[in-house]
Formats: sequence, C-alpha cells, structure tokens
Amino acid sequence: MSLLDAEAPARPLTHVASLDAARVKLAVENLDFYYGKTHALKGVSLGFEAQAVTALIGPSGCGKSTLLRTLNRMYSLYPGQRATGRIMLGDENLLAPGLDLSKLRARIGMVFQKPTPFPMSIYDNVAFGVRLYETLNRSDLDARVEESLRRAAIWDEVKDKLKTSALSLSGGQQQRLCVARCIAVRPEILLLDEPTSALDPISSAKLEETIAQLKADYTIIIVTHNMGQAARVSKHTAFMYLGELVEFGETEALFTKPVTRRASDYITGRFG
Amino acid sequence: MEHTVKAFDEELDAMTAELSRMGGLAEAEVADAILAIAGSDLALAASVIARDSRLDALERDIERRAIRLFALRQPVADDLRHTVAAMKISSNLERIGDLAKNIAKRAAVIVEAEPVTPLTSSIERMGDLVTARLKTVLDALTSREVEAAISVWMNDHEIDEHYDTIFRELLTYMMGDPRTIAACAHLLFVAKNLERIGDHATNIAEILHYEITGVELTDERPKSDALAPAEA
Repeated sequence: MSLLDAEAPARPLTHVASLDAARVKLAVENLDFYYGKTHALKGVSLGFEAQAVTALIGPSGCGKSTLLRTLNRMYSLYPGQRATGRIMLGDENLLAPGLDLSKLRARIGMVFQKPTPFPMSIYDNVAFGVRLYETLNRSDLDARVEESLRRAAIWDEVKDKLKTSALSLSGGQQQRLCVARCIAVRPEILLLDEPTSALDPISSAKLEETIAQLKADYTIIIVTHNMGQAARVSKHTAFMYLGELVEFGETEALFTKPVTRRASDYITGRFG
Repeated sequence: MEHTVKAFDEELDAMTAELSRMGGLAEAEVADAILAIAGSDLALAASVIARDSRLDALERDIERRAIRLFALRQPVADDLRHTVAAMKISSNLERIGDLAKNIAKRAAVIVEAEPVTPLTSSIERMGDLVTARLKTVLDALTSREVEAAISVWMNDHEIDEHYDTIFRELLTYMMGDPRTIAACAHLLFVAKNLERIGDHATNIAEILHYEITGVELTDERPKSDALAPAEA
C-alpha cells in the first residue's frame, strides 16, 4: 500500500479531450470493430490532429493495433472482420463500401512492427509504390527516391549503394527504408505500428528523429508499447483498454496528471 | 495500487519515510529554537544548533534517492509529481532548519542582554503560530489532505501581520532605550526568520497541492506588505 493511495477523489472512468475541429485531419466516430464474434473496439471516438503525432498506448489486446488497422482498411483483407461507425478523412467516410482501397492506402501509409523490405534494391524499394500510382520520368523518379530517403533520414547511409539489396541493410536502416517507401507515394497520413520494437536504442532514436522531422508535413499515428517513446514523440496520446478508449488528451497532461485512474495506473506501471 | 515492479514501491516509500522524518526534525528544531529564546534555555539552543546537520544530511539523501528514481524508474504522473515534490519539500525543510539554527544562535545574546526586553512573549506567540502552520502542512504531507495545505497557503498573511507588529514594537523599544538596541536587533532577525519559516511552510503547501492535484496554486492570496518599503 503506497501513500499515494490515500488520495481517493472520484475520478471519471473515461476522459476524451476534444480537439479544435479545424485541426482534425482524421475523425473516428463511434467506431466498433469485430473479429468474427469478438468485439475488439467499442464505440471509439477521437480525432487525430493534422501535422502532429498521436500515440496509441495500452496493454496487449487493448485494441490499439486494431484501431490503427481500421484506419486504412487493412482489415478488409480478412474475411469475418467488420467495422461500424465512421472514419472521416475530410468529408469522405473511409468505411463506406465501394471505396477504392488502393487509393486509400496511397493516402494513408503504414509501417509495420518488423521491417518489411522487398527483396529488391534499395532504390527499387522506394520507387516501387511510386511506379504503381504515378508515371514519372527517370530523373523525376530519381529525385523522388532521393527526397524520400532524405526525409526518412537514411539518405546519407545508402546514397552510395542504391543498387544493392535492401536486405543487406541493418534492421534500423530497413525500418527507415520502409518509412521512405511509405512517404514516397506522398501520403497524407502515416500509420506506424510499433515501428521501433525490433530496433536497438540508437536505431530507435534515429527513427524517432525521423518522426519528429516528418510531423511537419504528415499526420502521424503511432502504436507503441514504449511509454517513454509515446511521451517523447507525440503531441496527443490515447490510452486504450479492453477495446475502449479510456483517456485521450495532450501527451504532457496525460503523463503528468492523467485524469482517469486506469490511465494513471497503466502509465505508472501499477496495472493489476 | 502497487507497482508491478515491487522495488519501485519500496524506493518511493523509503523516500517518503525519509521526508516524514525530516519534517519531524525540522518541526522540532523550530519549536525548540523558540523555547530556547522564550525560556532563556541556552542548552536547548546549543542542541538545536548541533541537530541541524542531520537535516542537511537528510536533504542530500532525499535528493540522491530522487535522482536515482528519475534515472532508473522514469517516474510519470503521480509518481513523477511525488518525486519532484519530495525533492522540493526537502529543500524547503532544510532551509527551515537553517533558520531555526539561526534563531538558536541569537538566543545567547538576547538572553544575556540587559535590560531584558519583555518582547520575548510576542516572539513566542508568533513562534507558536509559525510552528502550528508548519505542523498543519507537515501533517497534510502525511495525510494527503489538500484542504489543510490550502488553509496554510491562505493564512500566511497572519504571520506577516505578527511580524509587522513585532517590528513596530521593537522600534519603540529601541527608540525608548538605546541600551536595548543590540538585543532588539537580534529579536528583529528572529522575527524575520520566523516569518521566512512561515513562507517555507507556504511553499510546502503549494508544492503539496500540486503533487496531490496536479494543479498549481497561482491565484493571488491575501498578503500583508505594510512594511514593504522598510524591508527594501
């Protein structure tokens, strides 16, 4: 029993800060998600601010990765998975049937937990997506590849070996290459699913710096198990538990004076 | 609820216990320093002076524990506020100890002065008020009662008013009988030290309020600054 327990004013069960509507890039409204009969997201509503990083945190199975995968309709690849509610990007509902998923994923890029370089050259990895969506001449394509690699903060490390296999890179370099590949198609939103969980601290720091650079132009949503990382990189943090959005607000406020007991217990390492 | 990592709780609790101990020692030092002056007890004054080094050591110890927590546990939320508060409160308690020691040091001069000024009873009353404030805020530190901390914060002006009164009384004495000037000057410092101990109690109340609620006390509180020009 800690002295801190003696203080027991009534705390709300959930607390979701509302954002200035003009700054919201992506708005999730009353989202429910089902894996077959499993109710994985329960009435989640929150906004993601444009040109800012939002972190999704919570224990394993809380729904944070599910939420991320809903945002670019990744779940549509799997039968038996369905979502209800609305995810508004501008005036478009991303959950609407008949949406062009290929175009959607060019607008909303995703980087996964483990680096997923294609078994091809570094250059071709970055050019791959661009070639799918656009027809650029050689010099424009070169420029796009360079720009993307620069923005992903990996250009200096690979500029002299663009033709070598991406598989020769270290894990941290591969992950930043995946970021470069993702931003090469000029998406509006970047989804990062535990992007540094397989990386060493220095590579993680480089990727965090990349995120800090990219947020000037992108809306970034990151799922992370590393609370320090959430605190370092994000402007807003959403804490989820058992498929529910428990607390959402400015990261600084959440890490210094969380409103809900559940968020407080989780971030301070007291989770039961 | 306990931390999943038990050692984290143990370290926080150990730091909290040290802080409580420090609070008790500081409170006793202040009370004894006032008693030494009021009761002309030079042995007690010497004991206050000798005891102060323990507060200094405790402050360093709490600071080391807090730095260790920051480095190894990266406290956030309640734990973060608790650790920062412990560090700041220990520093205020250490200053309170210094002021009590300074009061005790003046006891010899005041006690041996001729003629005796009857003002020691005014000092004693002010001292009792300051000790009571300090006790309230230190109890709040243990009981986590934010209302008690707020009451200390709100009522600091009463101590200031006592100080103003003693200042005027001492001026009267010094003008009336220049032989009292040395003792009165020392008493003036004693009163000033008590007033500053009251300020530290108020600081602790502010820190405690932030620790418990996460909100800073920033509103204007009642102040008595009738002597502001004289202090400058």
